[in-house]
Amino acid sequence: MNAEKTTPATKGPLVYRQSIWTRLTHWSWVICLFFLLFSGLQIFNAHPTLYIGQQSGFEFDNAILDIRAVNTPEGPRGQTTVFGQTFDTTGVLGMSGSAVRPDFVAFPGAVTIPSFRDLATGRVVHFFFGWIFVGTMFVWFVASVLNGHIERDIIPKKGDWRGLPGDIWNHLRFRIHHGRRYSPLQKLTYFMVFVVLFPAVILTGLCMSPGMNAGFPWLLDLFGGRQTARTIHFIAMALLVLFFVVHVIMVIVSGPLNNLRSMITGRYRTSPDTPIQEKDKP
Amino acid sequence: MSKLILNRRKLILGGSAVGAGLAMTGCKPFDFLARRGDPIREVMESANVLTYRAQRALIGEQVLSPEYSESEIRQGMKPNGSTEPTTAEYNFLRMANFEPYRLTIKGMVEREVSYSLAELRNMPSRTQITRHDCVEGWSCIAKWTGTQLGALLDEAGVKDGARYCVYHCFDNIQRTLSGDILYYTSSDLVDAYHPQTILAYGLNDETLPVSNGAPVRLRIERALGYKQPKYLHTIELVDDLSKIGLGKGGYWEDNGYDWYGGI
Repeated sequence: MNAEKTTPATKGPLVYRQSIWTRLTHWSWVICLFFLLFSGLQIFNAHPTLYIGQQSGFEFDNAILDIRAVNTPEGPRGQTTVFGQTFDTTGVLGMSGSAVRPDFVAFPGAVTIPSFRDLATGRVVHFFFGWIFVGTMFVWFVASVLNGHIERDIIPKKGDWRGLPGDIWNHLRFRIHHGRRYSPLQKLTYFMVFVVLFPAVILTGLCMSPGMNAGFPWLLDLFGGRQTARTIHFIAMALLVLFFVVHVIMVIVSGPLNNLRSMITGRYRTSPDTPIQEKDKP
Repeated sequence: MSKLILNRRKLILGGSAVGAGLAMTGCKPFDFLARRGDPIREVMESANVLTYRAQRALIGEQVLSPEYSESEIRQGMKPNGSTEPTTAEYNFLRMANFEPYRLTIKGMVEREVSYSLAELRNMPSRTQITRHDCVEGWSCIAKWTGTQLGALLDEAGVKDGARYCVYHCFDNIQRTLSGDILYYTSSDLVDAYHPQTILAYGLNDETLPVSNGAPVRLRIERALGYKQPKYLHTIELVDDLSKIGLGKGGYWEDNGYDWYGGI
């Protein structure tokens, strides 16, 4: 029979990896980002063009992205223009729904809250979860400074930079080492998400507010104007979606049950070669 | 090992299938949030009250909205919403070149006051180049000239207990079977007394055109476009908004938008 299967050496120690604060804020963010994304796309649909600068060019061109429906000799088509390059996106962007009853919206109803055109409701949902998102960020930051999570797992150190190329190579081959702590690539990724993307998405969001513009005009200057801030808000969203996709792929590739357990109970099964410490449970 | 990778691939494929399935159902389960008065929606709407209180606490009452230079006026002011009112009263005034127009301040004031366009134009004015931000997401920079509302409120004498200004307009923003709905919105007294809050009669050094709200439109620069009522004729001081329109303080507010509007 398979003797080695039963040897304890095939399993590394079960370690306590995620604090209660990391787990609670993680799931709060899952919910917030879900609603923020889909209500945000509803808001975007009200004026599906992104510009650079303080204002939207109606009599001049400072647009970098535009999603719309246009009339062609073959009937209406969905079109997306990025940096002057126009693509036919019929069925997805600009025009969606069935051939008999097309829907002329930038993002289709499948990815907006609510599924039909209703800017007012999109805004109600967006601002509610915006507050929860910021509150979660605050709780996470305070807890993570106090329990050392930021210092230990988020800020890349000298050794992390040295280990980064090898870690990227391992990730590309889906060869994941389950250590006690985050790997260099994980640290760098979470650093980008927590220290760059989350603050950027919140601050550019605040730039949308004429009230905040009056109180904190330097915020507008920081992001290069109201419409640039709106564009950066959108780009930050797209990068967070990219992060989400890669994050879920990595969770699946590196052991979905083990990862889910660590985000629910905090306990994580490490690789067999991980040295056992006193507090570890089998 | 290869067997394991194959399983992982299957998992990825399975995951994508689940994802695609979710995308098909879409966000329909959350459509109930669009129902006005739904209890969960009302909880979510309370976040707007929090925003209002937070901004009032954070931002000084007199702090000005950013102003821009002449060179940043790169286009005409984009007209939006009502651009061509069709009520008989407005058409009459328009044909008479707004000669009979009066702006009235009434309600909880010591004395009701009313001004002709010529009187408004002869008062001290303020000119400001500001950015108009539409709730839809676009922005447009323009130069506005008008009389500060605060000075007129002082002339009328705001009574103790008055908390809001309700702005009544000529334009029929919506035509229904039971008649036209005329535009109205409201603000607190902080916004009404703000130095940049003007009764604008001039736009980009010209007389305010009809498409942008002639003869007079209000500018509340620290708020979105729907708080800049066009075709304004009466300002009513009240202590409570519940009896105005559907009770949310304005036409768009009754249609689900936030009342404060400064986001």
